[in-house]
Amino acid sequence: MRSPRYGKSRMEISQILHIAGFYLFALITVVAGFFVAFAQNIMRAVFALMFALFGMAGLFLFLHADFLAATQVLIYVGGVLVLLLFGIMLTQQMVEADIRTGRIQFAPTLLAMFIVLGFLLFLIFKTPWNISTASGFEETTRGIGTLLMTEWLLPFEVASILLLAALVGAVSIARARRPGA
Amino acid sequence: MTLAPGLHHYLIIAALLFCFGLCAVLSRRNGIAVLMGIELILNAANLNFVAFSRYVTNALGGHIFVIFVILLAAIEAAVALAIVFAIYRHFKSVEVPQVHEMQG
Repeated sequence: MRSPRYGKSRMEISQILHIAGFYLFALITVVAGFFVAFAQNIMRAVFALMFALFGMAGLFLFLHADFLAATQVLIYVGGVLVLLLFGIMLTQQMVEADIRTGRIQFAPTLLAMFIVLGFLLFLIFKTPWNISTASGFEETTRGIGTLLMTEWLLPFEVASILLLAALVGAVSIARARRPGA
Repeated sequence: MTLAPGLHHYLIIAALLFCFGLCAVLSRRNGIAVLMGIELILNAANLNFVAFSRYVTNALGGHIFVIFVILLAAIEAAVALAIVFAIYRHFKSVEVPQVHEMQG
C-alpha cells in the first residue's frame, strides 16, 4: 500500500468503498433484525425481515458467495416472505383494526438474550480461529453444481423427496375439512 | 480485530441476529412472528457457515450446507404456516398463549 502523501490510489479508494459497503449491509441487517424482534406492529416486523434478508444477501456477496446471495433473494424474499405475508393477512381478524402483537415473558427473554449474546461474544473473541490467508472464491456456481452432483447427490435427492412430502403435508393440513369427508 | 471486515465481524453480526431471533421466538405472542424469529436464527447460522467457508476452510462444503438449510427453512415455513392456519380455524386466533390446550 502506498503512503498517504502520494494521494489516495485507486486501490485504496476501492478498499474504502468495500469496507463502507460491508458496514452498510451489516447495519441494514442488524437494525432490521432488531425491528423483527421488537417492532410492535407485525406488518412492520415482516418488512423489517425483508430488509434483513436482503442485507444478508449483500453480506453473502461480500463473502464471495454469489450463488447463495441469488438463492437467498429468490427463495427467502420471493418465497418465504410472501408466504409469511399471506399468513398474516389471512389470520388477522379484520374487525380489530390495528395489527399489533403483544409479548409475553418479556423480562426473562431479555435476560436470556443478553446471557446468550455475552456467551457468544466471549466464544468469538476467545477462540483462536484458524484463519486461512486464501483470497476467497472466484466464482462458486460451478463448484457447487459439481459437489451437488457428485459428493452430495444422496442428500440432494433426499431433499427433493422431503420437498414433495412437505408439499403434500402442507396442503393436507391447511385444507379445510369438509363435513363428512 | 480491525476495521476491514474479517471473520469476527461476520460472527458478531450472526450472534446479534441469533439473539434477536431468540428474542422473537421467546417473547412474541403471534405465532407467525415466532416463525419470523426462527427464520432469523436460521439466517444467522447460514451467515456463520458462509463466513467459516470463506475464512477458515476455504472449501465449498459450507455453501452446500447453506443451500440445504435454505431449503429446510422454506419447507418449515410452508408446513408451519399450514399448521398456523389449522390452529386459526380451530381457535380463531394465532396467539401462542391461547393455544395451550393442545390435547385431543
